Amino acid sequence: MPEAATNGTATIQAQNLTKWYGNLAALNDVSFDVQKGEILGFLGPNGAGKTTAMRILTGYMPPSSGTARVAGYDVFSDSIEVRKRIGYLPETVPLYTEMSVWDYLDFVARLRAVPDRDDAIERVLEMTTLAERADTLIGKLSKGFRQRVGIAQALVHNPEILILDEPTIGLDPKQIIEIRNLIKSLAGEHTVLLSTHILPEVSQTCSRILIINDGKIVAEDTPERLGARVRGAEHIHLQVAHSAPEIARELERIQGVLGAQARADGVYEIETTLGADRRADIAALVVQRGWGLLELHPVSLSLEEVFLKLTTEEVAQ
Amino acid sequence: MRNVWTITWRELKAYFVSPIAYVVSALFLVAMGYLFALILTSTRDTSLRPFFNNMVFVLLIMAPALTMKSLAEEQRMGTIELLLTSPVHDWQVVLGKFLGSFILFVVMLLGPTLYYVLILQVFGPPDYGPLLTGYLGFLLVGAAYLSVGVFGSSLTQNQVIAFFVSLVILLLLWIADAAGSVFGAGALSDALTYIALPHHFSDIFQGVVDTTDIVYALSVVVISLFLATQVLQTRRWR
Repeated sequence: MPEAATNGTATIQAQNLTKWYGNLAALNDVSFDVQKGEILGFLGPNGAGKTTAMRILTGYMPPSSGTARVAGYDVFSDSIEVRKRIGYLPETVPLYTEMSVWDYLDFVARLRAVPDRDDAIERVLEMTTLAERADTLIGKLSKGFRQRVGIAQALVHNPEILILDEPTIGLDPKQIIEIRNLIKSLAGEHTVLLSTHILPEVSQTCSRILIINDGKIVAEDTPERLGARVRGAEHIHLQVAHSAPEIARELERIQGVLGAQARADGVYEIETTLGADRRADIAALVVQRGWGLLELHPVSLSLEEVFLKLTTEEVAQ
Repeated sequence: MRNVWTITWRELKAYFVSPIAYVVSALFLVAMGYLFALILTSTRDTSLRPFFNNMVFVLLIMAPALTMKSLAEEQRMGTIELLLTSPVHDWQVVLGKFLGSFILFVVMLLGPTLYYVLILQVFGPPDYGPLLTGYLGFLLVGAAYLSVGVFGSSLTQNQVIAFFVSLVILLLLWIADAAGSVFGAGALSDALTYIALPHHFSDIFQGVVDTTDIVYALSVVVISLFLATQVLQTRRWR
């Protein structure tokens, strides 16, 4: 896509990113853009490739193939320029437990060549409501506070782009709301890319969602439209030997079947309510009427599958 | 260079909140104090030459203990991800780590031994020429050992493994010339003799400064730190 490369508004441009770990593709031909000032959410179950994508963008590891540009710089050949412009919260919050919060932020600010370090540290302590803990040793902080120190670290140089890998993990509900509001307040001036495996998180903070599963992007849309695309239904593919106009009507009479549509001669797509397996009922009906059952199997729509995984994961937590 | 110094400074501060620096320097000074007293009372010679020759061996064990944490711990704690995504080159991380351990070595290990010079001064002024070159040798030995230690630490996230890997590399360097004699006379034997550690420092402790020996020590430092940088870079590819 040469036109994307010249597109000046996209702050992050990832093209055909692939990352192999041995013969396992953590990322498989992933392309996406993040516009300036936008909050883009990576949504996907654990192990989907979110962290790998972020590590490539932050210059921590190069892709096996494909390219990515951040703020106009190539993440591989101009890595240092890219890193200057990114604030990054890795999945494992990189904290030195023997340092105080202030000393740690001062260290990061020095690495980032922040001109007024004290002002910058005061500012991020305020933003992450850590001011009272400035002199506490990081090792003595609870997980929620450590997570906030990680976010403060990513913000200390007031970066153009923020990449946050699971920013609200380990926080209590009140802190989650605080951090979500903080992230939302950063939009506009900052470009934010965040990852989560929690469905409501993205719908509440992000302007656009990218769903990743097994290293591939399965959907990309606004939270509202993605919700509409998943209507809470399951699909079943049915093929019968005889074709008759009344078959669809008969199928729809089965309890739990929302609709049946003829896709081709003798081929039907049946929509059923979520969580109810109607295949036995459908088979019984087909046999009873003597339509000649050829094929009957559930259709997996990757997007819905992922949503299902995500929603069940959240219930499990 | 500012980036290097930032990392060095953090490293130094980390040393002083962990027990390693105190334990290693205390043990080193106990061992060296014992040897100093023993040598002085038996030889009645106001010279530090035998002391330096012993130091080269004691430091063989102490240096990997000082550096075992440096890169291994960053990898174990995940803080390496912070360093490698900061606008800092990999070599600056490695050099910063090395300088941190080197400054600690100078302050906590080498520094206190200057007290022995004062004691010698009381009993009879020593020959300051060999003493100064001896301390130059002390610095070079320390730098070489510590750089090997930083390399060992880059290979693993386990401090104990880092310690033993570095120790074994140093021991092999120590006895490389013995292997050289196995191959008989020839280029390989000459090379192995050259890379062997001990004889490069015996001259300098006697007061003879040979540029070959200085080049040798600095080469060990440069090669070790280069290899550590390469290891960090290959980690990115995994």
